[in-house]
Amino acid sequence: MSAPAGTLPREEQVEPRQKPRRLTELLLLVLAVGIGVGANVLVDPEQLGSGDPHLLVSGLVLGIGALVLHVVLRLRAKYADPYVLPIVVALNGLGIAMIHRIDLTTDQTAASSQVVWTAFAMTAAGLVLWFLKDHRVLRRITYICLLLSGLLLLLPLLPGLGLELNGARIWISVGGRTFQPGEVAKITLAVFFAGYLSTNRDLILLAGKKVGPVRLPRFRDMAPMFAAWIIAIGVLVFQRDLGSAILFFGLFVAMIYLATSRLSWIVIGLLLVAVGGFFASQAFGHVAARLDSWLNAFDPEVYNRAPGGSGQIVQGLFGLSSGGLFGQGLGQGRPDLVSYANSDMIMTAFGEELGLIGLSAVLVLFFLFVTRGFRAALGTRDAFGKLLAAGLSAVLVLQLFVVVGGVTRLIPLTGLTTPFMSAGGSSLLSNWIIAAIILAISHTARRPVVTGPATEADLAEVAAYEAALREAARRDDQERAERLERRRDRRPRKETDGSGEDTAQADGAQADGAQADREDGATAPRSDASDTVRRPAVSADTAATEPITAAGPGGRRDAEDADHHGGTPTEAMSRLTDQDRRDPGGSRSTENGGAS
Amino acid sequence: MNRAIRHTWVAGVAIFTVLLLALTYVQFFAARTLEAHPWNNRSLYDQFGADRGAILVDGDPKASSEPSEDDFEYQRVYADPLTYGHLTGYFSLVYGATGLEAALGEELSGASDEQFYDRVVSMFSGNQPTGASVELTIDPELQQTAADVLQGRKGSVVALDPETGAILAMVSSPGYDPNELASHDSGSVIAAAERLNADPEEPLVNRAVAGDLYAPASTFKIIDTVAALESGDYTTETLIPNPQELPLPGTDVTLPNFVGGGCTARAQADLEFALEQSCNTPFAQIALDLGEDRIRQTAQAFGYGEPLSVPLKVTPSIFPEELNDAQLALSSIGQYDVRTTPLQVAMTSAAIANDGVMMKPQLVETVRSADLSVIDAFTPEQLRRSTSADVAETVTDLMVEVVEDGIAQGAAVPGVEVAGKTGTAEIGSEEGLNDSWFTGFAPADDPQIAVAVVLEDVDVATGSTQTTTGAKQLFEAVLNK
Repeated sequence: MSAPAGTLPREEQVEPRQKPRRLTELLLLVLAVGIGVGANVLVDPEQLGSGDPHLLVSGLVLGIGALVLHVVLRLRAKYADPYVLPIVVALNGLGIAMIHRIDLTTDQTAASSQVVWTAFAMTAAGLVLWFLKDHRVLRRITYICLLLSGLLLLLPLLPGLGLELNGARIWISVGGRTFQPGEVAKITLAVFFAGYLSTNRDLILLAGKKVGPVRLPRFRDMAPMFAAWIIAIGVLVFQRDLGSAILFFGLFVAMIYLATSRLSWIVIGLLLVAVGGFFASQAFGHVAARLDSWLNAFDPEVYNRAPGGSGQIVQGLFGLSSGGLFGQGLGQGRPDLVSYANSDMIMTAFGEELGLIGLSAVLVLFFLFVTRGFRAALGTRDAFGKLLAAGLSAVLVLQLFVVVGGVTRLIPLTGLTTPFMSAGGSSLLSNWIIAAIILAISHTARRPVVTGPATEADLAEVAAYEAALREAARRDDQERAERLERRRDRRPRKETDGSGEDTAQADGAQADGAQADREDGATAPRSDASDTVRRPAVSADTAATEPITAAGPGGRRDAEDADHHGGTPTEAMSRLTDQDRRDPGGSRSTENGGAS
Repeated sequence: MNRAIRHTWVAGVAIFTVLLLALTYVQFFAARTLEAHPWNNRSLYDQFGADRGAILVDGDPKASSEPSEDDFEYQRVYADPLTYGHLTGYFSLVYGATGLEAALGEELSGASDEQFYDRVVSMFSGNQPTGASVELTIDPELQQTAADVLQGRKGSVVALDPETGAILAMVSSPGYDPNELASHDSGSVIAAAERLNADPEEPLVNRAVAGDLYAPASTFKIIDTVAALESGDYTTETLIPNPQELPLPGTDVTLPNFVGGGCTARAQADLEFALEQSCNTPFAQIALDLGEDRIRQTAQAFGYGEPLSVPLKVTPSIFPEELNDAQLALSSIGQYDVRTTPLQVAMTSAAIANDGVMMKPQLVETVRSADLSVIDAFTPEQLRRSTSADVAETVTDLMVEVVEDGIAQGAAVPGVEVAGKTGTAEIGSEEGLNDSWFTGFAPADDPQIAVAVVLEDVDVATGSTQTTTGAKQLFEAVLNK
């Protein structure tokens, strides 16, 4: 994570830890597109000579899309995580290959529409990255997002617009095309939760009566929890979609835990799931049928029951088992024997044709993706961004758990798409947007600022750094005094923040400038050494929308200063909580740091 | 908050670990169970998608995969279905595989261990793996002769090469058409299967190796004779009382001699006469004299009770246990609860023919991979020594007399010494119908073929005539080549 402290030459300590690593990304993208195109060739080698445009079109979409997104990242989010985009491109390409492969044996044309949606989703991701320079903009639309979520979830219930397929009413049909608004609601709900919780988590944490060792939150602070529960149950009751219900509720439980660090929320959440699940299994035939298909999958009566029998899960298990360790090879299995093999059950198709090894590799790709998401959450400096990135990552983990757990009969099978892979435009679109948001957050996380992760080594590094600064300060005491004098004359109220406020509206170029300053300061300690330190500490963008003070060495003063100059009382409180609550001793570098 | 993020990530790690474990369980530990599950037609689908190897007889495909235009890439086609159907079995989407299609499934589909290299090659070349073709030991002329002998009546014919164990002909009648069951139209397949299953003549049963088995009747006297000679208490000179009716100890029932033969001519019989005329009472006395265990041991030495795969699975023949004297007397003449397969009866003759050494019956001549390289080739295997060469020679002489002077003269081939034995199993039918047997081999001094012929539900005279003349045709088909 960070270099051993104290022993480093001074130059390296001040240098940015994060390089943009866009070249790494480009090379990985070549590999990822290669994997996607290669898989598309392997599923049907005969298409090479047949004039079937699928390979060319899908290859071009993947290649050009990846390249365009790469350029967008270079221009707008230079420090974004270099692994996220290649992982997503590879998963998307594999998904297209499998969908095409299943088309070949089932006379569907899902692949061409998936390619179109890929282009569309990549464009959407590009637009998000281009315009969402700072993810904290999203915080301003916290309640709009709540409204949007409700609207999106209600849409399928509207007569004339909603569409019921296979017993679930989660689609809308516009001009002959179907769309699953619930997929997008996943994002808007995450934004709402992140916004709400980053603002109110102190109230949830601190207000309320204390009963024994547990502080019970006030009801009005608990209300959103119940709202989420009601939304989940509502989805379950009115849309008959167990998978989405689990996902929405899991998202909220995960995010409230992330916001409060209290396991009790998870316990409460699980209890509510148990109560809700029991209630649902008693009250709703389709839930009971799901449970029955899970528990008694190999009962002939259950197997042959239509609809709602266990045929799908049993056939999926047969598919997985026929894949064995090494798989049948792409294009050589019979994944089409499983119903919905190209959407809900696409993991069984991969398991069959790529085997345990191949499917594990796919899972590892997902794991890397969510790990990068959590990494971005750790690295970014604002509570909202942390919650959003970690929440979106957590919801992907949960989604994979529901999908893979379902097909392996670990848990009851519920209809959920596999992110980036399953056929389905809404899923692809929303997951690409999630990837874009995580990329944007990772950019702010990895942008060069002097940060101090809380490890022993890092604390030592900070100490060494401070010692170096003191040394420099002592040497150029006189000059420094003069400089400070001049600054005080110019802006008396904001002296301690130094030039940080200058760059309040900063964009990347200015951030680069700040970095250049820092490098100067490092290679040749100057009289304004303390400014050099502080400027990157209060990063330009951080100050822009939420003047959370980042901790530089000796940064405790910054936090106090922050109170003086801006933000609503709530924001100030949340800042304090962000920065100080846990580590009032000043090593709040924990909160800021550790981006790698 | 970072602590919570890290913890959430750790929970994520745990979840992914659990998922990988679940996948490992399904795809590795439970894979075999799942693949063998009766609802799992996937292996069939896999094999239907692959170019399955042909089953050949003398180079002619009797089962082969033809490209098909429907959902599956290949359609299994069976030639001469009524004659070869019980050998090939069927390869059905609905009912799975039977016969050699099942027994040689791995080779035919290209999934056997020997074909691993081919699979690797086809994996990288992107070609569909191709199965191996299997050449059978069946002699097509003999198989046809056997089918002609049976003429679609209930019964079975098995012909072996006694020296190698190669199965030269194996017919079960009535036959059925596996094409009906291998169709990809599951509606018509189910209809055909229901019709075949409802047929009282049980055309789906391969009577040669399985089914309800037959009472061996007097063909079992070969084993009695061997037991008698091996005991040392009996020689060809020994005279045995030959009453026309033997009261069964402990019952009111008497065991009569074979009515169709010349047993009445002598009150005492040596083994030659008893076998020639198939007299029951001398053999019953031999069995009572030697005891149940010796008879059973001899039967076991000829393969009774032993599992066998040729590679069609053969139902073991049965010699009952814990017999009282009456039951033992009946068992000694192949009645009561003694049950056998035509293959077992043919093997018994073959062991006598081959100086007492029983060779393992085999159906597969060669297994060739798609590039025609031989994966597996026929090698004669000794199954067991059934009796000494001396006893085998004596029994051969006795069996030759049966055909020359006794009741199996219909099997005689001019100019050739034929050894044989008939049998008539009383099956308790009200019309007095029986299962009629003939087993034997030829030439007696240099055996090239051992046969068993059984016809069900015939009267004594017809059965005897037809089985013996059927055997004669079989002998001639081989010997006149």
